[in-house]
Amino acid sequence: MGLADHMTEESPDTGRPNVDVSAAPAEAAADMPLLRIEGVSKTFGSFRAVDRLSLDIGAGEFFALLGPSGCGKTTLLRMLAGFETPDEGRVLLGGRDIAPVLPHERPVNMMFQNYALFPHLNVRDNIAFGLKRAGMPRAAIDTRVAEMVALVKLGGMEKRKPDQLSGGQRQRVALARSLARRPKVLLLDEPLAALDKKLRESTQLELMELQRRLGMTFIIVTHDQEEAMTMANRIGVMDAGRLEQVATPRDLYEAPASRWVAEFVGDVNLFEGEVTSHEHHRLTVATRDGGAIVVAEPRQPVTKSLVSVAIRPEKLKLSRRGPASDAVTSEAINRLEGVVTDVGYLGGSTVYKVKLDSGAVVRSSIANTSRLDRDTYSAGQRVVAWFRPDDCVVLER
Amino acid sequence: MSARRIFAQPARYAAIAPYLWMVLFFLVPFGFVLKISLSQTAIAQPPYVPLFDFSEGWAAIKAAFAQLSLDNFKLLVSDSLYISSYLRSLVVAVTSTLILLLIGYPIAYGMARLPQRWQAIAMMLVIVPFWTSFLIRIYAWINILQHDGLLNKVLLALHLVSTPVVWLSTDTAMYIGIVYSYLPFMILPLYATLARMESSLLEAASDLGASPLRSFWLVTFPLSLPGVGAGALLCFIPIVGEFVIPDLLAGSSSMMIGQTLWLEFFTNKDWPVAAAAAVALLVLLVPPLLLYDRLQRRTLGGAN
Repeated sequence: MGLADHMTEESPDTGRPNVDVSAAPAEAAADMPLLRIEGVSKTFGSFRAVDRLSLDIGAGEFFALLGPSGCGKTTLLRMLAGFETPDEGRVLLGGRDIAPVLPHERPVNMMFQNYALFPHLNVRDNIAFGLKRAGMPRAAIDTRVAEMVALVKLGGMEKRKPDQLSGGQRQRVALARSLARRPKVLLLDEPLAALDKKLRESTQLELMELQRRLGMTFIIVTHDQEEAMTMANRIGVMDAGRLEQVATPRDLYEAPASRWVAEFVGDVNLFEGEVTSHEHHRLTVATRDGGAIVVAEPRQPVTKSLVSVAIRPEKLKLSRRGPASDAVTSEAINRLEGVVTDVGYLGGSTVYKVKLDSGAVVRSSIANTSRLDRDTYSAGQRVVAWFRPDDCVVLER
Repeated sequence: MSARRIFAQPARYAAIAPYLWMVLFFLVPFGFVLKISLSQTAIAQPPYVPLFDFSEGWAAIKAAFAQLSLDNFKLLVSDSLYISSYLRSLVVAVTSTLILLLIGYPIAYGMARLPQRWQAIAMMLVIVPFWTSFLIRIYAWINILQHDGLLNKVLLALHLVSTPVVWLSTDTAMYIGIVYSYLPFMILPLYATLARMESSLLEAASDLGASPLRSFWLVTFPLSLPGVGAGALLCFIPIVGEFVIPDLLAGSSSMMIGQTLWLEFFTNKDWPVAAAAAVALLVLLVPPLLLYDRLQRRTLGGAN
């Protein structure tokens, strides 16, 4: 039984936010996403944290803002919460510009990275804080708090102060507190960063179930791509204040929009080269490190001739003599010959580093599907690394 | 393990230092004062009897012990001079501490909100007056508050008053002097607590629907209470025993206990009564100290 089962789904009656977003013009609300960010910029001194960024997020989405530290993802989140004011651009919630709405009047709640629990208040009063401010009657507050406590499995801890709780329990209090007001949008700033790996993974699943169950819009900021891929429906990858790509986790991984995204999300082998021929939905790219590589034509036609060919390690296969299926599929198979230099056993898979004859080093990840796998390679062994045209992506440079 | 070895022994000795300090400079002198407070005044050198003379043997010491009495303490309770001095000291200390809190809190709050760079400068400005002798600063106030002093000149120039106001030798002057002198002791602990507070707590309060004013009362203020306690105590205790400021700035109609003590000791040469007054003062100050200790334990020891 998931923790979301405890949540009753009646409409939020008493914990209403102070701003009624449904009061927005009807025609605007019809074709408007729940949240629209339009050309928003924010500069700190000479540092442009967010640079003319636009993004639509629909109701009920679980959206992740992913990027390296300093990419502006937290600044963007803080602008949604109202802690920072955009220098330019607009943020529309339900079709209404929320720029003039003060943070304490926004129908948005935030879960802070350090949880920001009030140290002088116990668990119950922390969770009830937002409800009291909303003017909820006492009996309703008690009901809601009990519901939240059950939701995050903190029964019996109501009287404890934050410093009497473990990290995982504090995280749950912070979550309950931010959910208690039933916000239209819940903002989560690196919510799991302080938890250990096992707890983080189970909490990821609980958050997903909770979000699906409540039908709330979650926007999470994270630097952990696995976390973003696991939880989110859509991911916005940010770098230097801009969105590099907004896509589903699968598209982000299998069809990265740029070389930067390909390298940031997951592991990748890159071959730089020039397009030499283009026929039958196949491009041939002459690369320095991998010779002529045949690739499938991308969805968006390549306009430049200078490109990079990206191939994920798990799609780069190894064999002793090269694939025998060559003739069967009648597919052009890209073959790269080299010598295994490093073997990294990871349990579920093994990563091989292969030094190609051209001198370049590629990585191949092979799943260990059988316990007594005999088909392994050792350092110093000569191998053929091969991949299909459909398994690689062409990226313009 | 080796690190533990290296540090264990010196650490153990270092722990003795504060106790040694307390015994040498507090308990032993307090013993002397207590003994004098139980003695009788005499025209002699030193001006009280009995004296413990260890050279005259056990019987003499026993006889001396028999002479000790609580007479001086009975006098303190029966004579309204002492009771009114104690009461005045308490009233002055409580009033001053409240004024200090009202002035010091906004200053400390403002300091804690300054950009980091400016905080150090503000801190310097608070401490700078200490570079001048305390006595000189009080004399400077006499200068400012006297009949043709700076304050009256400014008031007259601004036509706020038509004749010079009598400031000196009034309670107002004394409060000005006390508040001026003790303000840093109020500001610094308050500032330390407020500056340490995480700004994300206020953001969380705001996020959960609290207006800035409510955030202050519901989050900032309760979390600053340890600082309020420390500041109040740091001011209250020395103000109760304050002697110089009321002596120089206040009128002579009523005295604080510090002044009474001085009078007994130097003018009346009644060391035993002065000592009894000092012991009684100390006993009076113990309850607030214990209260503070308990409050601090409660805020610090939430984890137990």
